[in-house]
Amino acid sequence: MRPVVALLLFASLALAACQREERDTRPQSALGSGEQPTPVTTLEPGGQRPAPTDNKAASFEANAFHLSEGKRLFGWFNCSGCHANGGGGMGPALMDEKWIYGSSMESIHATIRDGRPNGMPSFRDKIPDDQIWELAAFVRSLSGNAPSSAAPSRNDDMMAHPSENRMPDAATLGKSP
Amino acid sequence: MSSADLTSERDLPPEREASARGDIAPERDGPRDTGMDDASLHRWLARTWRTPPGIIGALSSVDHKVIARRYLITAFLFLCLGGLNAVAMRIQLSGPQRGLIGPDLYNQLFTMHGVTMMFLFAVPIVQATGIYLVPLMVGTRNIAFPRLNAFGYWVYVSGGLFAWVSFALSMAPDVGWFAYVPLSGPEFGPGKRADVWAQMITYTEVSSLAVAVATIVTVLKQRAPGMSLDKIPLYVWALLVTSFVVVFAMPAVMITSTFLILDRLVGTHIFNPAEGGDALLFQHLFWFFGHPEVYIIFLPATGMVSSIIPAFARRPAFGHLGLVLSLIAVGFLSFGLWVHHMFATGLPKLGASFFTASSMLIAIPNGVQIFCWLATLWDGRPVIRTPLLFVFGFFFTFVIGGLTGVMLASVPLDLQVHDTYFVVAHFHYVLIGGSVFPLLGAAYFWFPKITGRMMSERLGRWHFWLALVGFNAAFFPMHIVGLWGMPRRVYTYPAELGWENINLFISAGAVLFFLSFVLFAFNLVHGALRGTPAGDNPWDAGTLEWATSSPPPSYNFARIPVVTNVEPLWAERVALPVASGLRVDARELIISTVAEAHPDIREKSATPSIWPLLAAIAVGATFLYSIFTPWAIVWGAAPIAVTLVGWFWPKGDPEDEE
Amino acid sequence: MKRLASIAFATAMALFLQGCAGWQSALDPKGPAASELAWLIWFFTGLCAVVWVLVMAALAVPLMMRSRQHAEPLTLDASSDNRKLRVVMTAVGLTAVILVGLTLLSFFANRTLAAIGSDAALTIRVTGHQWWWEVRYEDATPSRILTTANEIHIPAGEPVRLLLTSTDVIHSFWVPSLSGKLDLIPGRMNVLDIKADKPGVYRGQCAEFCGAQHANMGTFIIAEPRAKFDAWWNDQLQPAAAPTSDEAKAGGELFLKRPCVMCHKIGGTPAGGTVAPDLTHIASRQTLAAGTLTMSRGNLAAWIADPQGVKPGAHMPVVDLSGDELNAIVAYLEALK
Repeated sequence: MRPVVALLLFASLALAACQREERDTRPQSALGSGEQPTPVTTLEPGGQRPAPTDNKAASFEANAFHLSEGKRLFGWFNCSGCHANGGGGMGPALMDEKWIYGSSMESIHATIRDGRPNGMPSFRDKIPDDQIWELAAFVRSLSGNAPSSAAPSRNDDMMAHPSENRMPDAATLGKSP
Repeated sequence: MSSADLTSERDLPPEREASARGDIAPERDGPRDTGMDDASLHRWLARTWRTPPGIIGALSSVDHKVIARRYLITAFLFLCLGGLNAVAMRIQLSGPQRGLIGPDLYNQLFTMHGVTMMFLFAVPIVQATGIYLVPLMVGTRNIAFPRLNAFGYWVYVSGGLFAWVSFALSMAPDVGWFAYVPLSGPEFGPGKRADVWAQMITYTEVSSLAVAVATIVTVLKQRAPGMSLDKIPLYVWALLVTSFVVVFAMPAVMITSTFLILDRLVGTHIFNPAEGGDALLFQHLFWFFGHPEVYIIFLPATGMVSSIIPAFARRPAFGHLGLVLSLIAVGFLSFGLWVHHMFATGLPKLGASFFTASSMLIAIPNGVQIFCWLATLWDGRPVIRTPLLFVFGFFFTFVIGGLTGVMLASVPLDLQVHDTYFVVAHFHYVLIGGSVFPLLGAAYFWFPKITGRMMSERLGRWHFWLALVGFNAAFFPMHIVGLWGMPRRVYTYPAELGWENINLFISAGAVLFFLSFVLFAFNLVHGALRGTPAGDNPWDAGTLEWATSSPPPSYNFARIPVVTNVEPLWAERVALPVASGLRVDARELIISTVAEAHPDIREKSATPSIWPLLAAIAVGATFLYSIFTPWAIVWGAAPIAVTLVGWFWPKGDPEDEE
Repeated sequence: MKRLASIAFATAMALFLQGCAGWQSALDPKGPAASELAWLIWFFTGLCAVVWVLVMAALAVPLMMRSRQHAEPLTLDASSDNRKLRVVMTAVGLTAVILVGLTLLSFFANRTLAAIGSDAALTIRVTGHQWWWEVRYEDATPSRILTTANEIHIPAGEPVRLLLTSTDVIHSFWVPSLSGKLDLIPGRMNVLDIKADKPGVYRGQCAEFCGAQHANMGTFIIAEPRAKFDAWWNDQLQPAAAPTSDEAKAGGELFLKRPCVMCHKIGGTPAGGTVAPDLTHIASRQTLAAGTLTMSRGNLAAWIADPQGVKPGAHMPVVDLSGDELNAIVAYLEALK
């Protein structure tokens, strides 16, 4: 009996850890950004969720490596130019609990890929699809929506805000203590 | 394993209720060994000092020999795992652009190889040998703080399991065994890999600190009557100096790894240059531990050499005082040369040159040791048996390692060879040549004491030659390929640099060297099962561990010997003088004065207890949890406190008697 | 045993000498610093070899001579012990003398090395990135500041000052045939002076473990006569060559439309990324991906099509391109001389 329990515990640990620690740098599906249909009518605030294009969201949103890659790309692609390290400026803040287009991976992915009215440009074709998923996962972690065991830690940089793995849980964000 | 050695005592009368509970009967005075006949003395002592039966009993054991045997076997298993890592790496490097192992796995492999060999094999195995031998050599019945000692073992095992389970989950550290920031820091080390490194280091160092404290107190306070400082065996001196080095060096690395995990988990900026921290601080802190670490591994090995050479040269070690003083000098100097690992970081030139001088300086006490051993061998006709062969192997290889160490101490020369395969060759010559060869010699030398049986001499010679040839074939060419420009820690190399033949040769040597350990493992098992019975003193050596039976009984000595010479068994050929007056119904030791070893008081030694294991589990769970959240320290404090209360629950003993 | 050893030794020596001809070898110095260091290496090796042979001889003697067996281990001859004490003390004294000598030697060698670049006229800032080198030629005139990657052209026979730093993790700059290594540390600036005696190509490699692709972080120092070097600098300052063929023109447009533009810079075009190597004159370089592949049309295509196959873990992503698109981009880049 006991060995079975231990084995199960070990296996579940293993699975959980593998998902968090896997480091995949090659896209798994051949479905690239170039071939995807352009949504034409869903550009409304709070509108319907775009149908998931593939089942990538799950493999990106809790993976430590992809989250840290997303954080790197957030800096490299100058997202801070408008979103100011998540604090918001010309673009909306990303570290609060407000989501104009929904907080799901798919919504954020669609926002980055296709752009949104009032200034969010479309990065379709400019950013490979997997990197968009990485960015989406990182954006979620800015407001405490990623498991703290996988969320990125601070950068070797001036500190703009507490690191993502120190963010309060998304459920408590925005409520006064 | 621990219940196996109790079979001979099965015919004992059933013990009293009190000792079954592991408590000492609160009588003011019990029977003493004065004037007791040998048979009843043995019966009394065997019952008092035995490890309780059953699984719980085995897990509660505080017998230093039982703990040490577990330590030795565990460390040997980790050696095999680390060796397999090395073989995998050598297969990947046997040709240019091999695709067998990708960089992600390769980086984990070499990190696990380094971590395993340094923290899970080398330090534990030299300490384990000490746990076994030091109490025997100083003529006492158990190590000081036996429960702390047991706790140290359990912490070590859980630390090792922790590292290797994370390797199985592909989340092993991949940042090198010294895990420099920023690579291991929060920004460039995603996931939990570097956290595993940090906590596993802190963890295993808790265990070696525990062992070091126990060793120091054993040597300073529990020596047999008459074993004044000048009569302490050289091996014990080596362990004493090593333990002091552990006590002063290990906190540095625990601070380093704790700083690292604070940076990663809590978001402190200790190593962040943008917020006033410094990446080089990590290197200074780490190497302030890291260099003494080399001597923590090497000094016990010199103690082994100092034990083996006199036994086979048939005379006491030449220059006993000089050897002791050089041990102490090496211990002190080892703290003054950490910067020679950092010459390439662009330090001020004059400062770096100072560390050249101090690094050169440490060669002098090491030279004294080598010359004294040679002088011991000169005076006499050495009896060449396997242990002595390995000591010759030690001379052959360690002197090369020491001399390349002198080369590395030179700032300008180091700039060419630092972080290349030359350095890889150097530290393997120092660590394998300087420590593993003496350890193998020690294994052949003390195996009869531990098991009561001899290892095969013929297989031993085969093993020696295979190890010597394999080792040098694997590591000598690394000096050359390093000078040709091959950096360390590369998972592959381009074909056009002309390194392929020599790397293939190195890989073949590595496989040969690995095979020598397979042969050794076979010899160990064969010797333990089929070896010829050894008797008490098969080598006619002179130190106290050979005075008792092989394997020693749970109480080590029926009567505590009185020491008159540094080699007491050679001085007292007929019978050792003994001290008496110890109670036989309670675990009592003689506590003696530090310098002269006058018997001072009788002191109780702790009884078996399961609490050290439970405390280790609580500590282990806390450390594991602390990878995920700093709150682990808060929540973990409660179970740790509970186990410690259980551990130290007062027994209601009368005051210890004068 | 002995024959085996001598055969092994001969093989080792043969291998050793063969390796001296390598282009990334500390034993094949091509500059004053490396020459000084090679001399130092040989001197130390020679001295250490002598010491080792002496110790081994001292170890062999008791085995050969087999002086006497002590009947009882404790019956010692005091006068013989005294003699041995003198021998041991002499040996310790000699050790000390040798060590003091070596310390002084390395101290003065260090001073010699420090003097090499005291009159350097050219300053190059080398910044380490995971896993490539950013090379910036400093000049008093801002328009003459030049940024390139992975290959460092220097004038032969002149000392050059390298300023070493890093923006991510610690790297180490090491071109063995010119000089010893020095670390690139974030938040610090190290100074390394190098000088190549003759024109030539000298390979170097990152020497401090820096992550997944530490093994493929090569660099080349290309020493040229002064005139050729100046001409090279002037060429490199020019904006990228405009594409001529139709395919290359299409490639140039694709470069701007596709992810390439997010990270790379091509002077004279809107592509202005600064986080990846500058590609303005990529075709004038000898290698791709920090010394991983030699420059050729095929390798360029292979690298763009599957960077994660060539350098697993590198920051260049796999980009979904059709065969035609790939060919067009390669044609465009190939013309960027």
